[in-house]
Amino acid sequence: MGFTASSDDRVGLTTDDYVSGGATQTAVKILVVGHFAVGKTTFIGSISEIEPLSTEETMTQAAEAVDDLKGVRGKTTTTVALDFGRLTLSERVVLYLFGTPGQTRFVQMWEDMARGALGALILVDPERLADSFPVIDLIEQYGLDYAIAVNHFDGNPERAERALREALDLLDETPVVTCDARNEKSSAAALTTLVRYLLDRAS
Amino acid sequence: MRAGGEDFEFEPADLVRAYVITKGRELPDEQQLSLITLVTAAPQDGRRPARLTPEEQRLLDICSAGYLSVAEVAGHTRLPLGVVRIVLAALAEGGHLLTRPPVPRARNADKDLLEEVLNGLHRKFG
Ligand SMILES: Nc1nc2c(ncn2[C@@H]2O[C@H](COP(=O)(O)OP(=O)(O)OP(=O)(O)O)[C@@H](O)[C@H]2O)c(=O)[nH]1
Ligand SMILES: [Mg+2]
Repeated sequence: MGFTASSDDRVGLTTDDYVSGGATQTAVKILVVGHFAVGKTTFIGSISEIEPLSTEETMTQAAEAVDDLKGVRGKTTTTVALDFGRLTLSERVVLYLFGTPGQTRFVQMWEDMARGALGALILVDPERLADSFPVIDLIEQYGLDYAIAVNHFDGNPERAERALREALDLLDETPVVTCDARNEKSSAAALTTLVRYLLDRAS
Repeated sequence: MRAGGEDFEFEPADLVRAYVITKGRELPDEQQLSLITLVTAAPQDGRRPARLTPEEQRLLDICSAGYLSVAEVAGHTRLPLGVVRIVLAALAEGGHLLTRPPVPRARNADKDLLEEVLNGLHRKFG
């Protein structure tokens, strides 16, 4: 179809909000996961070409409780279950990054996110390693290949990495990369490390 | 929060209606309308499609200027994903919406896609 070049005032979206070359695009996704406040939203925001968006998968709960909708709406801080960004990488591939905390209670959402994902980048805070166990378990449970991106890294990187690999019980082949999620280049490098690993595994 | 988001934030009444209109309908097939299925309004020959609910019309309007993923439609409208998927499925069924589902997973397809993703990342970030 012909794209309207001007923005559509009725909905407040501009041309940049739409997927460039959408008619020929194949959409792929990678998950950016990690425990609470580890830097998922920051990571996605630092490399996404769109302002990160968020959505919730609350259909079943909400439908059960139409009477309670007033109360739900009244909450100023709703649980953001899922946030995501977008990277148009060529005329053929647009990559979506989905971020979510590793909370098992969002089962439906996890299934939607994991299905068809190329892989996962697991953000880890070395000061709170134990918090990452459930997230790694969940990603393994869904059979996704993953790399570890270590946020807020300090100390001797090599020694720290060895300790971290041991603590997280990682396979030798699992990539571990340090990353400042606030920095575009650093986030992109972590993502690149993951994709190179996924490609190795697919070859 | 994104600029302009206020413009199409759904009013509570709309939200309630969205649940009412989706009531009883099956959730669409995940392969059809996954998070990253790209959707756009079908060409209309200048005619307004008849007999759409306000919610259907609003989602169709959002999809009228190009392709968006299902997740993005949900993000922009701030409607729960489940509601968006049901409304979009109804639009697709009525011929008002074109959908581009992601390619099914296969080892070979993955490899080509991953190569393209890697090259794209290099081009974009050096
Ligand atoms: N020093 C440092 N701070 C970071 C980094 N990444 C994120 N932060 C900070 O950590 C805080 C939490 O980051 P978020 O991106 O909100 O984390 P999140 O994982 O999305 O959090 P939840 O969605 O609440 O689970 C913010 O104040 C960020 O600025 C990093 O790589 N280095
Ligand atoms: Mg967050």
